[in-house]
Amino acid sequence: MAEVQANKKEGLLLDIRNLRIEATVYPPDEPPKTITLVDDVSLTLERGKVLGLIGESGAGKSTIGLSSMGYGRGGVRITGGEIILNGRDIMKGGRSGIRKIRGKEVCYVAQSAAAAFNPAHQLMDQVVEASLLHGTAKRATAEKKARELFRKLGLPDPDNIGKRYPHQVSGGQLQRVMTAMALCSEPDLIVFDEPTTALDVTTQIDVLAAIRDAIHATGVAALYITHDLAVVAQVADEIMVLRHGKLIEWGGTRQIIKEPRQEYTNALVSVHEIEHEEKKPTDTPFLSVKNVTASYGDGKVKVLKNVSVDIHPGQTLAVVGESGSGKSTLARAITGLLPPMEGSITFGGRTLSNSLTGRSKEDLRQLQMVYQMADVAMNPRQSIATIIGRPLEFYFGIKGAERDRRVAELLEKIEMGKGFADRYPAELSGGQKQRVCIARALAAKPKLIICDEVTSALDPLVANGILKLLLELQAEEDVAYLFITHDLATVKSIADSIAVMYRGGVVRYGAKSEVLAPPFDPYTDLLLSSVPEMEIGWLDKAIKSRRMESAGN
Amino acid sequence: MLDIKRIPPGAWIGLIVTGLFVFCAIFAPWVAPYGNAEIVGDVWEPMSAAHWLGTDNLGRDLLSRMIYGARITILIAVLATALAFSLGSILGFTAAVVGGWFDTLMSRFVDLLMSIPTLIFALVVLSVLPSNIVTLILVMGILDSTRVYRLSRAVAVDINVMDFVEAAKLRGEGRGWIIFREILPNALSPLVSELGLRFIYAVLFLSALSFLGLGVQPPSADWGGMVKENKDGIVFGIPAALIPAGAIAALAISVNLVADWILNRTTDLKGGRGNG
Repeated sequence: MAEVQANKKEGLLLDIRNLRIEATVYPPDEPPKTITLVDDVSLTLERGKVLGLIGESGAGKSTIGLSSMGYGRGGVRITGGEIILNGRDIMKGGRSGIRKIRGKEVCYVAQSAAAAFNPAHQLMDQVVEASLLHGTAKRATAEKKARELFRKLGLPDPDNIGKRYPHQVSGGQLQRVMTAMALCSEPDLIVFDEPTTALDVTTQIDVLAAIRDAIHATGVAALYITHDLAVVAQVADEIMVLRHGKLIEWGGTRQIIKEPRQEYTNALVSVHEIEHEEKKPTDTPFLSVKNVTASYGDGKVKVLKNVSVDIHPGQTLAVVGESGSGKSTLARAITGLLPPMEGSITFGGRTLSNSLTGRSKEDLRQLQMVYQMADVAMNPRQSIATIIGRPLEFYFGIKGAERDRRVAELLEKIEMGKGFADRYPAELSGGQKQRVCIARALAAKPKLIICDEVTSALDPLVANGILKLLLELQAEEDVAYLFITHDLATVKSIADSIAVMYRGGVVRYGAKSEVLAPPFDPYTDLLLSSVPEMEIGWLDKAIKSRRMESAGN
Repeated sequence: MLDIKRIPPGAWIGLIVTGLFVFCAIFAPWVAPYGNAEIVGDVWEPMSAAHWLGTDNLGRDLLSRMIYGARITILIAVLATALAFSLGSILGFTAAVVGGWFDTLMSRFVDLLMSIPTLIFALVVLSVLPSNIVTLILVMGILDSTRVYRLSRAVAVDINVMDFVEAAKLRGEGRGWIIFREILPNALSPLVSELGLRFIYAVLFLSALSFLGLGVQPPSADWGGMVKENKDGIVFGIPAALIPAGAIAALAISVNLVADWILNRTTDLKGGRGNG
């Protein structure tokens, strides 16, 4: 560990006092104005401890995390308060003082490792860079240390993985290499900024365990930033809940999870529970996918292998799997965007044309789609009224005042007011955007809505609201959902039947109660046991009990 | 909506200067003190109260010729640019949306046209075809449309893969809706900035053609032609050739100031209500 300075308080590493962070925004045609991102937040962190920072997007968690290295992302300014690291205020050290601290005393692990590594350099060169730059170690020693860290983090072939380039290792491995990079210069503090958010659940569990073990083994202190309370419960000693740049609650991990004192924390803790009674499948499914095989690049890469599923009227089929398992491709095959090579899709007793151009307007109307990224699923230049009103015009020829009335009705249905009709997508929040996309799909009065990871990009509380809305709409409109997701908690609360996909094939398929009841096949078991639970010590249990290595290795 | 107080000073200068040129162009016969081809004095008279900008190489009033010149220069440049943009952007968008052989065929044809130096190509075509304004506009417009095609195809290819376009395709929308309602509004920003530039290139191209004697034919003249008529005066220290040249520069700058301002306004995604 770095040398302990004699004149500072025993054990105290980081002391942030009354932090205030502001940014200036420049709206076009308007005078610039200053907005406050973080308002009067104080925190202390002892050596070797892990503090979890948790909150929704926009809560200021990353901003606070980065402030511990004196950094403001994208023109953000630290305008008030003190940041005392190792007994001195780093903001008083000036630019060169901060440069001496970054990479030596404080290191950073970013959310997207793929974007954070330089693709043109070998991993080893990037891992040891900070040590060499600060002169803390010779290249040979630093590389030896790096290899040790690779081994400790459970990376395959630790002696040679440093010779690879970032694109030659998987996302989960890259995230671990990044952790090694942060640990290599033996800092006192590491800032982890959502290190596992972009990973599949099955990969997340490995990375999470590796990070936690590395923290314990090296005795480094950490700020762990995430929006997932279940994840942070596995690694943090203390948890700090933030909202809109203000501190809501700060306490020990056990206290926050078991006895939250604030209402908002309570909402975060109890977010995943939606009661959903499973419906029994009917005799005749209205949409059947039969033995569909689909591929990209003229049959070279088969992404769907002999997939068969049924969807019953007014019910939800959840398709679960990790990235690359073919779940979105299944949706593309059903919609006709990717015509299957073999197999057929029947709808209401008729075989649907494989390609999009061969389908009638009526067939298209019956199948609607809601996308993962609501941002890009709506034309940014069209008002909400146009976006929702277009299917009405297009399919039913409803125009003028009648259309506006129907749009208002639909806005009512998705729990948004009439006032939103003349707004533009950029003026809405993430959850509102997704609601508008749902309204657009509903406007066509379809039999089936394909929901492709509709809640993945949203904060847990907002996602929860969307799920509830979808269930209500299903009860009112009797619409069926094909719900694609990698999140099993979501599946439990919405599905009637489940198809588990793995490498392009369906490995387990049936009613929810059957699929989620033992005995499990190895992959479903791995998926189920990888979902973080809001329980201290879950991580150890999960790793001990699983039978299959995750695909990330 | 448009708030006059919020127009930045740069845009004001652009609007006023461009407005002045356009006003002169439209109302030339009423604004100009003398006729276009009317000989009113000596050759290359200096500036005076009677002739504000002096006279040209044949003794015609330079101010009047500048005003008539503005008319013909702006008319040809506007029509050529309009042709270039309608042709280029519609074909570019269609190529991006349709793809396949249509895209390949169009793109290679455009590459072929672009591989021939524009000025030489125009000189050859114009010397063969009858020299009138319609031919001039057609040649300039078609040659310029290759550039617009390249830009709009590149922009549209990017937009075409966005989820909202896919959503429109899934809805069963026709190509017309996809091109004009989904892609065009989102491609407008780069196209508007290109419009300002291409208009100026059209003015410069026209001036170059006229200077070489294949553009606007005497006795009427655009600004490029006037530079040609008066260029010999420069040797004798007479500034007559510099005035149309200066006018070309002033128009170029002011049009682009306006284009910049429009660009700023159209990049706003909140219906002009501002961010934040």
